[in-house]
Amino acid sequence: MNTLKFIAKRLLLSIVILFFVALIVYTILRCLPTSYVESIAMQKSQQPNSKTFEEWMEQLNATYGMDKGIIPGFFRWVGNAVRGQFGDSWFYTRPVTEKFASTVWISFLMGAISMVFELLIAIPLGVIAARKQYSKTDYTISVIALAGISLPTFFCASLLKLLFSVRLGWFDLFGLVGGNYRELTPVGQFFDKAHHLVLPIMTLVIISVGSLMRYTRTNMLEVLNADYIRTARAKGLSEHKVIYRHAFRNTLIPLVTIVGGSLPGLFAGALITETLFSIPGIGYTSYNAMIAGDIPFSMFYLTFLAILTLLGNLIADVLYAVVDPRVRIS
Amino acid sequence: MTDKDRNELVDEVDSTPADAPYDAEQYSLNDDRRVKVLSPGAMVAKRFFRNRLAMVGLFILIAMFLFSFVGGLISPYDEDQLFYRSKVLKKTYASAKENVDYTLVSAHENALEGAALQGQILDALDKGKNTAVYKTKDKDYHFRFESEGTDFFSIYDDDENTLLGVAYKDVMSFNDPSFTASYAFVYAAIKAYSNGGTSFTPAGEDKVYTLDDGVIALGDEEFGYISRYKIKAALSDVVLTRQFKEQIIEIIEANRTTGEAVLEVETGEEDVTLEYYFTKNPNNGEWDIRQDQESRVYDTYASPSRAHWLGTDGNGMDMLTRLMYGGRVSLMIGFVVEIISTVLGVILGGISGYFGGWIDNLIMRIVDIFYCIPSLPIFIIIGTAMDNMGVPPKIRMLYLMLILGFLGWPSIARLVRGQILSLREQEFMTATEACGISAHRRIFKHLVPNVIPQLIVSCTMGLGSTIITEATLSFLGLGVRFPFASWGNIITDVNNTFVLTNFWFIWIPAGTLLLLTVLAFNILGDGLRDAFDPKMKR
Repeated sequence: MNTLKFIAKRLLLSIVILFFVALIVYTILRCLPTSYVESIAMQKSQQPNSKTFEEWMEQLNATYGMDKGIIPGFFRWVGNAVRGQFGDSWFYTRPVTEKFASTVWISFLMGAISMVFELLIAIPLGVIAARKQYSKTDYTISVIALAGISLPTFFCASLLKLLFSVRLGWFDLFGLVGGNYRELTPVGQFFDKAHHLVLPIMTLVIISVGSLMRYTRTNMLEVLNADYIRTARAKGLSEHKVIYRHAFRNTLIPLVTIVGGSLPGLFAGALITETLFSIPGIGYTSYNAMIAGDIPFSMFYLTFLAILTLLGNLIADVLYAVVDPRVRIS
Repeated sequence: MTDKDRNELVDEVDSTPADAPYDAEQYSLNDDRRVKVLSPGAMVAKRFFRNRLAMVGLFILIAMFLFSFVGGLISPYDEDQLFYRSKVLKKTYASAKENVDYTLVSAHENALEGAALQGQILDALDKGKNTAVYKTKDKDYHFRFESEGTDFFSIYDDDENTLLGVAYKDVMSFNDPSFTASYAFVYAAIKAYSNGGTSFTPAGEDKVYTLDDGVIALGDEEFGYISRYKIKAALSDVVLTRQFKEQIIEIIEANRTTGEAVLEVETGEEDVTLEYYFTKNPNNGEWDIRQDQESRVYDTYASPSRAHWLGTDGNGMDMLTRLMYGGRVSLMIGFVVEIISTVLGVILGGISGYFGGWIDNLIMRIVDIFYCIPSLPIFIIIGTAMDNMGVPPKIRMLYLMLILGFLGWPSIARLVRGQILSLREQEFMTATEACGISAHRRIFKHLVPNVIPQLIVSCTMGLGSTIITEATLSFLGLGVRFPFASWGNIITDVNNTFVLTNFWFIWIPAGTLLLLTVLAFNILGDGLRDAFDPKMKR
């Protein structure tokens, strides 16, 4: 009951925060010069099979309240957004939500797979580093983790491309599907896509495994210094049992929290990685929309990101309380 | 947590024996002065300097700063200095074409007038017929051709049997450009040339022109030239000598089948020969005569050499120098952004933590809101808009710093607030209150200094991630723009697959510098944290 009340309260607060985030984002987009917006609409209207300029502007005014002041315009947008009407994307000339639904799953898949790999790599290595603190192993793991954190995504992706695509020729440089995709059997198509996702996933794992590894190590160290571990050792338990029965389980508490909190983020897409590999996920799609000045899609994507962040925080907080019985919700 | 306060206390105790000469024998065993007391500050420094990894980080950073800020001064080149190289290009010098079209010259005025009529005649000549018909509404005109030599015909009106003119394929040129050949001259000259004659006298004149292998001469003076080839120089100010034209024709005749030839012409100077490359265009039979000419081009993607240690980039600028200036920009942006967000964060976090209550609540909600604003997409949108409006690169850089700074403060505000909340409850704060110290002094003399260790750690780490963000934006072409260099925009060239594959020196050095710098900031931050707060470490 207490938990439910807590969740309800946090949810309400999140909605208020979301409202203001959307207001700020809306204000920023509205502060773009009108001439810019109009020139984009003009460009779009000159594409084949497009609506006319007047129709675009009309639709823009209808969904985004461009003809009104910022505050009334914002309320009109909120009114439409709550009903799920985000308008048509200028860049893709399709309803924003439709385009979103067709691209988000590949991003989620990429994110989820790389998260699994991250966990599989980071947790064992973090535990080992903590167990052998100040050993050569610990230093090596720590430096590798830091290097991963410090590696810019685009540099990492370029290095991987040079090594695996150019030198070894194992993978294609860009794209989700190969040139002969249409001629393949469904099974073949599946493997073609999987083959093209190897490098992007590898990039994602390399750049984000480091922080998880450090997090595991820090928490494990904290647990290993706790009194109950000393007690466990004092009563003569084997080292193996101390580490994996008593210490590791307690390390899992913050890990579950942080992993739970980052689950919504899997839908956000990896903007840079997807762009570098031309994977048509939500990140790449949004990037193209944003650099084309596609206001409806940008507005939707930014709001979507804010929702994911809030959701992540909420899940992390709730999980923290649920997983660790010592924490009392107040 | 109260390091700083203890620090001050110990400092006072410590400073008393400093002026007295230190002599261990003089004091009793439990005397404070026998024991060398290190202030917490010195302890932090000692711990820090003992951390080998942190030292490596510090050295890397010092090297980077020297490289970026001093390197730019030492480098002999400027940030946007362009380099050229001379490249030998084969440029068209002249063209030669065997004339295959007949030229019509009428014998008297009004004969052979009209394009349609001429067309009919030329068509018939090309087909090798010896008669032609030109039909009009009123009347059909019949023409008859009589061969007078190779590709040389007289044209007669077949109905009235009168001479209308001549048709020939050879090309006549005269040394005096203002000279216009009369019908009589043309007839006599072509007649002689096409029949292999050596001299001719045009009707109505008494001059005797000699004809030798196409050269028309009047006495000893060269007058003009007849040949089957049209030879034109590519540039209007180049005059081709007859001798050269003859050489060209010779070459062309000799290599008619292969379609390719090289002509070497000795110049007056020793060992200098000009080479002309002949190629025949198989479509229209025109010969292209090209000559090697040196031209200056931008020295793009030059491989590393003594002059350019890391080669040159896609604009022909020295890569090493670009990297130095790029380092300046990247580090400077990192610092400015971090300063903006730290100042904002400390002020708002400090107020929030110290006053608590509704102020705290309000500020923390603002923090929550700012936390949710995705900074990278926001900057992508604004950067694109700035692109469209043509914002100058310098102003762009300023906006970049301001936006990243204003979006970065919430995490620092949270940190400061958390620290101050816990510090506020400690005894030394109660003591300051009991002593009647003003709120202003309490915040800035007693609270803030205690937050500084955490602040330094978070700023050091933050610098690394700010530099990555800036580099990413510049990489996407939305951050720092040409002519300014930044490590991020130097790597942009890697988007070109050809550069990725062939020119490692364009992107690997910049990426490595970026990686090393960010890594060094992170290692340093780690080391500082361990030094400031040994409890975290053990």
